[in-house]
Amino acid sequence: MSDAVTSQVPAADGDRAWRRRAMALLPWLLLALGAAAPFYLSGYNLSLLGRFMAFGILAMGIVLIWGHGGILSLGQGVFFGIGAYAMAMHMKLAAAGDGQLPDFMMWSGREALPWWWEPFASPVFAILAVFLLPALLAALFSWLVFYRRVSGVYFALITQALALAFATLLISRQDVTGGFNGLTNFPSLFGLSLADQTVRDGLYWTTLALAALGYAGLRWLLATRFGNLLRAARDAENRIRFLGYNPVPFKVVAFAIAGMLAGVGGALFTMHAGNISPALVGVVPSIEMVIWAAVGGRYSLAGALVAAVALNILRDSVSSAFPELWLYLIGLVFILTVTLLPNGVAGLARRVSRR
Amino acid sequence: MSGPLLLAVDGITVDFDGFKALDTFSMTLDKGETRVVIGPNGAGKSTLCDAIIGRVRPAAGRVLFRGEDLTGLSEQAIVERGICRKFQAPGILAGITARENVALAARRDRSWWQAFGKGIPAEEQASVDAVLERVGLADRAEVKAGELAHGEKQWLEIGMVLATGAELVLLDEPTAGMGPAETSRTAELIRDLGDTRSVIVIDHDMSFVEQLAAPVTVMHQGRFLKQGSVEAVRADPEVISVYLGHSA
Ligand SMILES: Nc1ncnc2c1ncn2[C@@H]1O[C@H](COP(=O)(O)OP(=O)(O)OP(=O)(O)O)[C@@H](O)[C@H]1O
Ligand SMILES: [Mg+2]
Repeated sequence: MSDAVTSQVPAADGDRAWRRRAMALLPWLLLALGAAAPFYLSGYNLSLLGRFMAFGILAMGIVLIWGHGGILSLGQGVFFGIGAYAMAMHMKLAAAGDGQLPDFMMWSGREALPWWWEPFASPVFAILAVFLLPALLAALFSWLVFYRRVSGVYFALITQALALAFATLLISRQDVTGGFNGLTNFPSLFGLSLADQTVRDGLYWTTLALAALGYAGLRWLLATRFGNLLRAARDAENRIRFLGYNPVPFKVVAFAIAGMLAGVGGALFTMHAGNISPALVGVVPSIEMVIWAAVGGRYSLAGALVAAVALNILRDSVSSAFPELWLYLIGLVFILTVTLLPNGVAGLARRVSRR
Repeated sequence: MSGPLLLAVDGITVDFDGFKALDTFSMTLDKGETRVVIGPNGAGKSTLCDAIIGRVRPAAGRVLFRGEDLTGLSEQAIVERGICRKFQAPGILAGITARENVALAARRDRSWWQAFGKGIPAEEQASVDAVLERVGLADRAEVKAGELAHGEKQWLEIGMVLATGAELVLLDEPTAGMGPAETSRTAELIRDLGDTRSVIVIDHDMSFVEQLAAPVTVMHQGRFLKQGSVEAVRADPEVISVYLGHSA
């Protein structure tokens, strides 16, 4: 029956099939464009792109929990910060050299390294910490909250409070966290000089590879039964509860994965930017992170990734000219997408390609 | 026909801030029995289901299933014991197909670490197909659940409840929104269940209740009012006054 139909495809259907094929090619095109970036971007711009891609990795985690899990977190900056500080602590210790205190500790009069800094001297520990610390913390935190059946707005408010507390803590413990200025000045990474452009290209490609891996991994995850159950926990929590499923672990695992992606993004950001400070992990940045996903499309991994990069390119050009304008502009962009494009730019693209 | 005692609801009281949705309500159900529960709006029928499946915790009383006290068990533990419930508002997962809905319900291992696969495991395929056949959705299996007609959604949820393998099935208003033909099919489906399951059906539609040809328990204001055949209950002056009082 279907054979007879396909032999005489109407023109409009052919056009639609072509458009759908073009949409399927788009991720590969973006990947190729991204992989070639070191050959056409300046070192400075490449570093910016790497930073923004690190944000994109975090934004895909927001698609997982917010879009598919219905869990709005206004505290992803915390997990971003944990990954970022874990990597920064390692680079700080490497810069200080064996047995030496990092510079800012000496300036603030400390005589010994805090015990919890010590393991970060090991590069293996630091890398493991970047992945596992945010994931474990996110799991523990979300389990405590979801187990008590707190969700929705209350959950969002708790995460917001967490972001506030985290940033405040970082600022107040100047002698061990670098305080308001954060951690900065990292000349090398795993023994390689960060002044060397080939090292920086390698770092960029690593970032791109992790973004692609995150994208592919999340796409796979969302297509499994786990993805179905996560969406079911979002839309019909009672139904799956009374089919004998416990929705809590599904939400906790998703939240932990999003936390891990935020942590990895934070570490990559720090390596590209050469600094991390509380200004990047608090309440306002955490809200901006959600806006990236909203603008790109909360259900779309690619949308969130591209929007995080694009919005930050925009931010970079706007705030160098008018620093105080950015928050108004992103607020406006957010309001416009929420009212006009509830599924973000990706939702619009999908609609166009299906017409 | 019916066997030994399966369920005993023993003097249950459910208190919502001083308002007693269930007031020392008791009933029993035998293995293999089908029972209809009726009562005016707000009589506490849905709350009875809630209390059995652990959605609300009774202030007093017990629910015994095969002699075991269920009060205090988690929702999952109660499903594992073999009780599953259809909600009054169809609770299907709109974004996936009818078959995937049934397959989720049919899974025996419901832990999260068993969920990292796609599709339906081969050993569960047959039981999923059987359930779809039974509720008359075999040829609608690949349709997204959200795109099914209203009556089909109701059948799908009944199918999901059956797919869990539950021995006791609670059906809260399964014919809500159905036309007469669909209602008859639903009655036939429920009558067929009598061979293998015990069923509590809640409904308002008296023509549907008649088709089920099962004993009827009448509730009123959270209390037990009457029990008997459809004819006996219909002719009962107390039942009539309760229903008339409400429809007036
Ligand atoms: N969570 C709750 N909090 C407060 N009151 C409730 C709650 N749930 C139910 N009630 C009240 O308890 C009473 C019984 O409700 P229930 O839903 O069990 O009635 P029902 O017999 O199923 O009615 P219907 O035929 O309309 O479905 C109603 O008066 C209802 O308003
Ligand atoms: Mg009801």
